Amino acid sequence: MVNYGQERPFRYWGEHAMESSIDSTSRALEVRGLSVTFTTRRGPVPAVVGVDLDVARGELVALLGESGSGKSAAARAIMGLSDRNATVTADTLKLGDTDLRSLSEQQHRKLRGTRMSLVFQDALSALNPVLSIGDQLGELFREHRDMSRRAARAAAVDLLGQVGIPAPARRISDYPHQFSGGMRQRILIAMAIALRPELIVADEPTTALDVTVQAQILELLDTLRRDLDMAVLLITHDLGVVSEVADRVMVMYAGRVVEAGSADDLLRAPAHPYTEALLRSVPRADRREGRLHAISGSPPSPSNQPDGCPFHPRCEYVVDECRTTRPPLTVLTDTSARLAACHRSEEVRHVAVAG
Amino acid sequence: MSPSPGDLVLDAQDLHKTFHTGRSGLRRSRVSAVDGVSLQLRAGESLGIVGESGCGKSTLARMIVGLERPDSGSITVNGKDVTKVRGRDRRLMRSEVQMVFQDPYTSLDPRMTVLELIGEPLVVHKRVTGSAARRDRVAELLGLVNLAPELMHRYPHQFSGGQRQRIGIARALALEPRVLVCDEPVSALDMSVQAQVVNLLRDLQQRMGIALLFIAHDLSVVRHVADRTAVMYLGRLAELGDTDTVYDQPAHPYTQALLSASPVVDRTRRRLASRIMLAGDPPSPSDPPSGCRFHTRCRFSQDRCVSETPALRALAEQDPRTVACHFAEEVRQAAPPAPLAV
Repeated sequence: MVNYGQERPFRYWGEHAMESSIDSTSRALEVRGLSVTFTTRRGPVPAVVGVDLDVARGELVALLGESGSGKSAAARAIMGLSDRNATVTADTLKLGDTDLRSLSEQQHRKLRGTRMSLVFQDALSALNPVLSIGDQLGELFREHRDMSRRAARAAAVDLLGQVGIPAPARRISDYPHQFSGGMRQRILIAMAIALRPELIVADEPTTALDVTVQAQILELLDTLRRDLDMAVLLITHDLGVVSEVADRVMVMYAGRVVEAGSADDLLRAPAHPYTEALLRSVPRADRREGRLHAISGSPPSPSNQPDGCPFHPRCEYVVDECRTTRPPLTVLTDTSARLAACHRSEEVRHVAVAG
Repeated sequence: MSPSPGDLVLDAQDLHKTFHTGRSGLRRSRVSAVDGVSLQLRAGESLGIVGESGCGKSTLARMIVGLERPDSGSITVNGKDVTKVRGRDRRLMRSEVQMVFQDPYTSLDPRMTVLELIGEPLVVHKRVTGSAARRDRVAELLGLVNLAPELMHRYPHQFSGGQRQRIGIARALALEPRVLVCDEPVSALDMSVQAQVVNLLRDLQQRMGIALLFIAHDLSVVRHVADRTAVMYLGRLAELGDTDTVYDQPAHPYTQALLSASPVVDRTRRRLASRIMLAGDPPSPSDPPSGCRFHTRCRFSQDRCVSETPALRALAEQDPRTVACHFAEEVRQAAPPAPLAV
């Protein structure tokens, strides 16, 4: 059951912390206090807690997190595609000027594809194996734009050309299995941009791809969002991908945003120990260090979270306060758009700058 | 008896493997997965194999551990050609080469406890007698991979992904193999856990003098694990040599393209725009291009590449690597694109 409640059970920081300088005209997505709770046999499991998120048109925001961090659950809630056992609540959930919370399932469905669309990770299972690419792409135009079969096919050929599929007129009648993994991902992107949506949510779009193909797909997403002025919310676990394409980054851990800011700032001077440790643990292809910096332990399961700061059992900066009090997401001093949820974020940030 | 460092423990010569995959059109389609690959591995050394999906790296690994039989070529472990042995000898050879699998969620039997999982190879190969001895040895192995021995009565689902991969490593080490083959051992793990497992493998290899064959698609992980690196493309070796040389002065056009496409966490050096573009998609291994298999996507391609297969050759007297490219000298000059060499 999807139930957009008005109340917001978890709230740790005030309105002043609303991030970034996005003005309302260019804002494609506005989310405040998004929470997703799964009902299971063992009781409610909070997967996403109090997430605030803005994406402007033409902007690429990365939601970075590991498995169980809630990044995919948040994305699905935004798309209105949550599982049956999920309860979604939010203070604000707006696509442009449309309040997504008040929509019926049917209205929501009409919005998906036209004004917002989703690119999945696994292109082979996201495409229908028994319909040709032309039929699948054309269906969008016939359904939403009332085009004739012939016009829809022509539009589909255009679209395939736009996402860089060679000889689109010849390949339009082919079936998904006749394309390579990278080409299938291009087709998914073609379907996502077909009706010129304001927002694309890309859920690990390159995780199943090889590096050379990944680079092509990231570049395609990057070009399209600039050319078509679309907002892109990129869900990923890969710091390298974030570094290559993101304008802004939100780092999620255990269902909450623990750090947010512009990609330049955040990657140069992380203010949350989790981000800082991740950046240090990632091996680099361009130089060889001795041992990698390893973070001890593993990410907590959403159903069994530590008290206080959820990262404290793995944190190098841990102090007593961390074990009892969850640090709120707060604005860092001297910044307008840098947020971190750590009692010692100022120290972490300075250590990182110095190191 | 443990081998002394530098001893040749694994020698694979001219391995070929072709799979038959049903029909395409009127003729049976054949996939040439590995085509003439030779590798040597010395005790205490780690060799990384990188390449994209379909390049044959996993097939190569499976042949080396004995899960696939090569069509031709030889694999010599400890002086014995294991492609020819059968029965009891084969079992003996299996204990010399062990494998760590990619997915720690599916490679451990969910109905066995850790004690049974790690103890199984010990019992099968009659390395221990009696349950007390088995328990002691399992405890020892758990200690080796930094897990508490008290955990041995638990089941795999009670562990996290990183811990499960440690169990997989302990199981592979149970028979004290000379060669440990790891096929994408960290790619299924959470990013904050990968470094733990990479460090563990490196430690074990150095401490126990095991030879490590480390297969991955992630170039940055391989750089940290491997002393030498082999780059594969469509079933063949493109470049093989000392890791730092291959990464810092790549001499095969494919190695260069692969390195330039690998994302780097550094905002000042974003490379998507400046990377070397590869034309098109990887060709299908069922219909590999003639001559150099990379020629269809290569920016240095000339007529000769279409007709003549380049042999793996040394670039210069002193150069600690071999390259399979007719124009490797020019290629090395033309690269690397600046970001790599800072």
